[in-house]
Formats: sequence, C-alpha cells, structure tokens
Amino acid sequence: MTGSDLTITEAGAKLRSRELSAVDLLDSVFERASLTEAELHCYLVIDHDGARAQAEAADSLLAEGHDLGHLHGIPIAVKDNFCTRGLPTSCGSQILAGYKPPYDATAVARLRKAGAVIVGKTNLDEFAMGSSTENSAFGPTRNPWDPSRVPGGSSGGSAAAVAVGSAMGAFGSDTGGSIRQPASLCGVVGFKPTYGLVSRFGLIAFASSLDQIGPFGRSVADALSLFEVVSGHDPKDGTSYPGPVPEVRSSLDAGVSGLRIGLVKEFGGDGYDPAVVAATNAMVGRLASSGADVVEVSLPSFEVALSAYYLIAPAECSSNLARFDGVRYGQRVKGDTVEEMMARTRAEGFGPEVTRRILLGTYALSAGYYDAFYGQAQKVRSKIISDLNAVYERVDVLVSPTSPTSAFELGAKTQDPLAMYLSDVCTIPSNLSGHPAISVPIGLDEAGLPIGFQVMAPALGEAILFRVAAAVERLAMFSSRPALAGAEV
Amino acid sequence: MPIDIDIAHVARLARLALTDDELEGYRSQLGVILEHAARVQELDTGDLEPTSHPLNLASRFRPDVVEPSLDREEVLSQAPEVKGGYIVVPPALDSR
Repeated sequence: MTGSDLTITEAGAKLRSRELSAVDLLDSVFERASLTEAELHCYLVIDHDGARAQAEAADSLLAEGHDLGHLHGIPIAVKDNFCTRGLPTSCGSQILAGYKPPYDATAVARLRKAGAVIVGKTNLDEFAMGSSTENSAFGPTRNPWDPSRVPGGSSGGSAAAVAVGSAMGAFGSDTGGSIRQPASLCGVVGFKPTYGLVSRFGLIAFASSLDQIGPFGRSVADALSLFEVVSGHDPKDGTSYPGPVPEVRSSLDAGVSGLRIGLVKEFGGDGYDPAVVAATNAMVGRLASSGADVVEVSLPSFEVALSAYYLIAPAECSSNLARFDGVRYGQRVKGDTVEEMMARTRAEGFGPEVTRRILLGTYALSAGYYDAFYGQAQKVRSKIISDLNAVYERVDVLVSPTSPTSAFELGAKTQDPLAMYLSDVCTIPSNLSGHPAISVPIGLDEAGLPIGFQVMAPALGEAILFRVAAAVERLAMFSSRPALAGAEV
Repeated sequence: MPIDIDIAHVARLARLALTDDELEGYRSQLGVILEHAARVQELDTGDLEPTSHPLNLASRFRPDVVEPSLDREEVLSQAPEVKGGYIVVPPALDSR
C-alpha cells in the first residue's frame, strides 16, 4: 500500500498534517503507472512535467496556508475527450491524432482552480462510442482485475486507473452508461449527475442531449468531492442548469431507514449473470433490513429504451461529428475537391464503430425515415420520463444491477455490435431521462470480478442518491483491490 | 421485417468515402441494428410530445460582454494547411 492507494479523503488528511506532500502522492501514482501501464494501457498521455509543476505549486500554496479544498494536491486523471490546453486530446481517434486544444474544458479549468494535479488523459472508446474501450484507435485498456478482460467503456481508462491506483480519482463522460458500466466492471464508484449540473463546455460532443461529465472514485465520498468541484452553472454551456447544485454532503450518512426503494423488475432474467442477480438481491435484502421500505416496480417502457437510445445517440453523433472534416484541426487526407478531401479524411480517420453510428444516425435523420425512427424515439423518451415521474411518486430511488454481467473477455463482443450495445441496457434510461445515477461496487463473482449496484434518483435528487449509495457502500463493505494494485509491495 | 438501406446514398450524405466491400458490411450490420431499433414503433406513445432535451430549460442569452478570445496563432497551429493567416482547402466549386 502506497500513497496512491489512499482515498482522497485519507490523502487530504495526510497532506494537511504534513505526513505526505502532493509531490509524494504524485510520485506514488507515477510509480504505480510505471508498473502497470505496459499491461493495462489506462493512459493515452501522461503529463509528467506539467503534473509535477502542479504538485509543487499545490505544496507551496498549502505551506503558505492557502487551502483550496478536497482536491488540493490530489492526482486526478481525465478522459481524453476533455479539452486540455496544449496537451494532446485525440478522443481515441486517428482523426484527432496530435490535436492540441487551444483551451481547457470548464471541468478541467475548475479542477486546476481547485488545486488538483492533472496526471494525464485516459483511454476511451473512439469518441466515447463503445462499452469496452476496445474501440480506441490506440489499442485497448485492460481490466486490472483480469487483464484478459475488458474494463468496460467508454471511460475504461479512467475506471481502470482509479481501480489500480495510477490515479486517485478520475473523470469520464456518460452518454449511455460510459461512467457507470466501467466503474461496475472495475470495482470502483462511478457517478452520472443530473443532466446540466456539470458544464459540457470543452467536452468533445458525442450526443449532446445525453452526454454528462462525472467522476470515478474509490469511495462514495471521493466521488462526491470530485463532483462538488466541477459542478455548477457555466454560461459557456447553453444546457447548463442555472439553479443551485443540490447540497449532498450533510445527509451523506443519514442512512436508509424510512426510505422507499424500488427494485426495477425489468432488469434481470435472460442475459443476466446469476451472480449479478444474486448480489443485487442480497443488497436489496440488506437495505430492507436497515429499515428501507423495498418494493418491486415495473417500468415497461424501459424495454424499448435501448432501441430509442440507438436512434437518438447516433443521430446526434452524426450531426456532432460533422465538424471533423479535415479543415480546422486534426488529420487531413488530400483530395482534388473539398468534398473529396472531407470524405477521404473521414473514411480514413474514423474507426468502424464511429463510422457505423454516423451511418446509422444519418439514415435515421434522412428524408422519409425521420418520423418512424428519430421522431418516434424522441416520443419513447417522453414516455420513459413520464413513467419515471409516476414511479417517483411512490419510491424515493430505484435500484438495479449496473451491468447485466461482470467484465467480459477482450474480443468477445467486437464482432456483434448489438451484443455490445446490450451491456448498457440498465444504464441507458437515466441518460434518456437526464436523471442522476451511481454505481457502487458490492462484491466479487466466483471468477473474482467486481459486481456493481446501481442507484437511480429523480432529476436533482443527488442528495438522496448519495445517501443511499453511502448506505450501500457501508453494507457491502467492499474493500477488495485488484492484485496489480499491490505490484510493488 | 428486414430494412432495406441505400447505403451508398447514406455514406454520401455523411461524407464517408467507403469502398464497396465496406459499404456492404455496414449495410448488413445496420439492417440488424435497425430491426432492433424499430421496436420503438411498438410502444404506444399516445399524444406525447417528443423530448429533445431532458430538462425543459428555456434558451438563455449570456451577457453581451467582450471577453478575450482564443489565441489566433494557437488556433491556426492546429489546422492541416495554413497560408497567410487563413486555412487552406481544395476548391469547393468545380472550375473545370
């Protein structure tokens, strides 16, 4: 166990008692990365010099008595679809290979302002499209619990880095489960906030009405500390929520006694690992024993959420990714006309999954098909929101598995896009509704792979969401770490 | 019900110069995905309005205040081809 294995809460106490410095913490994170990166490939870029300068500055400020809060001096990783000024940002795509953004994303700027040390940029499925991190143009990330398996995706690099200790916390983006599903597969906490609570300015867009930035932590409290720093209104994002961010911390330890918890009936059965279902049911039983009023609830519209998602997300992606045309940034393949240059650049620059989704979205939006596909998918979205609002009259939160299975083998689903899409079946409804949801690790299956438990709440229901998540964490007492995390001991 | 897709037309709309083999591969994959996606038509959505944004926020203007903009040199340094402070592209109109 080294500094990089501490939670952010623990490390913060040691920084303030001068037991450890920010440079010590960064060194322990670099050390862990040097021992694990060749096997896991969590990072696309590690900013050795920049991070060291930030850690030294954090130490100086603290020595002078300037305390910037929970993240002061803490080494944090960000997914490589966050713009970082001067630091390569490729989104895991050849089309942006070598791109250095001329500005920081708002989330990155807020991290810097809070004294966080940005270690580097983590690997992802190209443009965040995928559920295994195998779609990165620069090679996959592997799961620290079993390197023959995927870490989940699309934020697989961030999840794996936090699990193994090559970052103490990390950020990702969640469009259909891209934070919660890898958190589940890597045994860490992953949180998708209410849509609009974290600015998307400088997050390279995939599906704008679904994308939301959120944190990975090794504890629920760490996830909260990370969220608190990046959340809040930003005039640079037209979809940023203008009201106050819900206050969460004061009720974190309030427990579940008297709360009404709904177990989603549709998320179980065929396609679900028996171990996942058993662990979920066991946790539901413990919540009931702790005084929660647990009921089973049915949301039939969830059955078509995945179908709606695979029309809405590709439609928005086909529009957003039109900007990658070889003109202003990234790679260019020559052509005699501007159209030829663009079409060649895009065919060569995008990988197969991104190409597939651009084609799917272009088709779903094209003349003659709009009403039957995109228009109807948007109505399904309305139905899911109205069904959820009705359910939240009867229960305070909903719970389910985060993912139907634990981590699967590399290559197991790459030839079957639909099978890959199904691994997001439990996480997608919260993106369509814009509601917050969190994954908390609750145990290991017989193969020693982590299982995640999802808690969902109504819009701006972060306080009750975290209250239940913290109770789940205490009841699960999950403290396992992957063997690779102890490599140097 | 199998869904027939004019994949060459879709690729042209999306500005993707794909080979015939690639087009055929995507055509069959999209067919399978769209068959699954077509299940949205099975749900009775009654007279619900479509949702394009999860929270019903009205568009807002930010104050019209001049702020520093991005550094011109830094922005242009990212373009594949630049000449005299402009980004260069091949001819957009056929001059032949």
